[in-house]
Amino acid sequence: YASLYFCCAIEDQDNELITLEIIHRYVELLDKYFGSVCELDIIFNFEKAYFILDEFLLGGEVQETSKKNVLKAIEQADLLQEEAETPRSVLEEIGLT
Amino acid sequence: MPGQRVFLHSRTLPVRMVAPSLKLQDLIEEIRGAKTQAQEREVIQKECAHIRASFRDGDPVHRHRQLAKLLYVHMLGYPAHFGQMECLKLIASSRFTDKRVGYLGAMLLLDERHDAHLLITNSIKNDLSQGIQPVQGLALCTLSTMGSAEMCRDLAPEVEKLLLQPSPYVRKKAILTAVHMIRKVPELSSVFLPPCVHLLHERHHGILLGTITLITELCERSPAALKHFRKVVPQLVQILRTLVTTGYSTEHSISGVSDPFLQVQILRLLRILGRNHEESSETMNDLLAQVATNTDTSRNAGNAVLFETVLTIMDIHSAAGLRVLAVNILGRFLLNSDRNIRYVALTSLLRLVQSDHSAVQRHRPTVVDCLQETDASLSRRALELSLALVNSSNVRAMMQELQAFLESCPPDLRADCASGILLAAERFAPTKRWHIDTILHVLTTAGTHVRDDAVANLTQLIGGAQELHAYSVRRLYNALAEDISQQPLVQVAAWCIGEYGDLLLEGNCEEIEPLQVDEEEVLALLEKVLQSHMSLPATRGYALTALMKLSTRLQGDNNRIRQVVSIYRSCLDVELQQRAVEYDTLFRKYDHMRAAILEKMPLVERDGPQADEEAKQSKEAAQLSEAAPAPTESQASQLLDLLDLLDRASGDAQHPPPLDPSPGGALVYLLDLPCAPPPPAPIPDLKVFEREGVQLNLSFIRPPENPALLLITITATNSSEGDVTNFICQAAVPKSLQLQLQAPSGNTVPARGGLPITQLFRILNPNKAPLRLKLRLTYNHFHQSVQEIFEVNNLPVESWQ
Repeated sequence: YASLYFCCAIEDQDNELITLEIIHRYVELLDKYFGSVCELDIIFNFEKAYFILDEFLLGGEVQETSKKNVLKAIEQADLLQEEAETPRSVLEEIGLT
Repeated sequence: MPGQRVFLHSRTLPVRMVAPSLKLQDLIEEIRGAKTQAQEREVIQKECAHIRASFRDGDPVHRHRQLAKLLYVHMLGYPAHFGQMECLKLIASSRFTDKRVGYLGAMLLLDERHDAHLLITNSIKNDLSQGIQPVQGLALCTLSTMGSAEMCRDLAPEVEKLLLQPSPYVRKKAILTAVHMIRKVPELSSVFLPPCVHLLHERHHGILLGTITLITELCERSPAALKHFRKVVPQLVQILRTLVTTGYSTEHSISGVSDPFLQVQILRLLRILGRNHEESSETMNDLLAQVATNTDTSRNAGNAVLFETVLTIMDIHSAAGLRVLAVNILGRFLLNSDRNIRYVALTSLLRLVQSDHSAVQRHRPTVVDCLQETDASLSRRALELSLALVNSSNVRAMMQELQAFLESCPPDLRADCASGILLAAERFAPTKRWHIDTILHVLTTAGTHVRDDAVANLTQLIGGAQELHAYSVRRLYNALAEDISQQPLVQVAAWCIGEYGDLLLEGNCEEIEPLQVDEEEVLALLEKVLQSHMSLPATRGYALTALMKLSTRLQGDNNRIRQVVSIYRSCLDVELQQRAVEYDTLFRKYDHMRAAILEKMPLVERDGPQADEEAKQSKEAAQLSEAAPAPTESQASQLLDLLDLLDRASGDAQHPPPLDPSPGGALVYLLDLPCAPPPPAPIPDLKVFEREGVQLNLSFIRPPENPALLLITITATNSSEGDVTNFICQAAVPKSLQLQLQAPSGNTVPARGGLPITQLFRILNPNKAPLRLKLRLTYNHFHQSVQEIFEVNNLPVESWQ
């Protein structure tokens, strides 16, 4: 994965080969989101990496097997975040209004 | 430097005393720009100070940015506990950005160990019941990541409600949150069990997947739940069948396999439900066969499903044909070019080799090929599996492969391989000669890696195969002549040469080429072993004893042997020194007994490895003990014949046992030699004899750990003008006691207070019978031979009570 290494801890009875698929799916999601993901993308946007992971896995289990659905959820959340970031005046910034 | 805002009463803009806070990306860049660890620490400390100040000021606008920076710093390993409260504030905020970062912070910084974590329970409750979907999602995610038992109990009702929500986005998350809650609070199973069956009818893959995970969790925890859910087996079979037969779906397919994640999860649940249940197993048999044969195996996704199918087939009550199919799939995996697939195949076959031995046997050649793997985890498992596959019909072929492997395998596998080969050889050896050859080969190839009992086992084996003595000793001699560095081999070879040296020199044995060895060569080889710096102390002991035995096996005079033995009398190694001294004494004083003592050993009965060691030790100790007390025994019996029996009991014609003749007993005494002087005892010393300046003293010790034991040290001193020479002291005690005399320190006490002679008597008095002691002294003094016989009076009571 272009010099990206991933480490995953699983339990005794877990299927190792499907774990490889899980890692692969996560990389694909990152790739789609960042556009050819590389190390720097993850470093400078670590919180995004977490958010994407949280839409794919929950409590250590796979929650969504459709790539499309995961990416859609992230997109919507990002939109929400942007809307919330309404432009503020300088005065607002320093608490004067 | 806390931030101080200065408000100027003018139209100019207020100015901050501190620089504006960095954006997250700028901080990351600055940290990465640091050239050294110290520089990085400096940057971070500075920034953390700013962050702390900002938190103190309670700036709500940039709080999320400050926390994000703190989280980055936390990931690098720096302390971030002061951000915990900020997480709470951010979660409670109404802005989505704040919540997003706040919940992430909670997952990274808060956990059950800190009481602070409970404070977010209320916020979560609010968000779950009133938040918009993304917010509900955040709350559920956080709950399932760090939710403690207490939190789970509090919030279970909210999560339960969300299970019935129409939106699949929230519902799938609620289901998995329920899984977490059950793990934390098993009693909550009763809350989350009822909705499951209904949820199985959903079509949304995420919900299905979550539901199956939930059912799996419930069944693993409660046999009642397991029974309850067996009734959904047909439904699960149907879902899986639909998945498998459905064509390509853009949304869920990976490499031509429909939603492998869901397939694997269903297969896993089927395994749990079908285990030990005939009816369920039957319901799923056909489907399993279908999946096993139809899944596309060109990519990992298909193989993952296939792997899970195999595991399920092997764990339930499947038809025999299906089991064979499953094992064959694993066999095919072994040939796959992907290392990971070979790995899971080896681990699975290892688990199955006991229960389905013949099915796995069919893949033996492939498994043996896997020994050549370059990857360490693969070759190790291949070795384990190969060893497990050895049986009486394939043992010769397998051993050949394994021995070839032993020669070239990486060092960390040598020990396991060697002991595996030896164990298999023991269980399945077709002939004794083959067995000896195998062990010999292992010792020459990997001698330093064998277990300690290999030496004992081999000597036992050889000893018991009388027809192979000549063969064994020749082969061992040849091996030893080539290489004296492998200690176990050297030890066995030395032992053999000692025992069967005569056969070695005979020169003919049909099984190997005739070997012309002359005596000098044999002795030279053993001496070489003795002197080599590579030989361990134990090995040298073997060599010395072997030399000694050869003194009765070889034809020539024993001068060379006597010389070597004599040299080692002053060896620094105490063990060797003792042996040498005793062997030397055997030559000098008890030569008439030498042949009898050094006779060929009888075969020891083998009870097990532990008994082996003891038997071996007692064998060797018996040799030593017979060298020392034996002479005293014969003379002590003379002593008793001379004297009245001290015991009141009459008519005792049998040989009184002043010494313990059994090797086992000698073992205890000899191997337990008090090398250091016994600890000081409260029993007073006793002077028992004096004549013309020659004096004999007794000192007594009762070791506290053994109340039946009494140690008497006799000390002979000489204050006269003439030397005392040929000093011998003998003793006798009543029949109910046991006496053992250790070798004296010498026979001479030089004149005018020269070095005294000491000798130790060990007396066992378990019945606490009154101690009586008779002594007989003989020595030369002033050109006269002196003999004194007397009973010791005034023995202190403490010596026997």
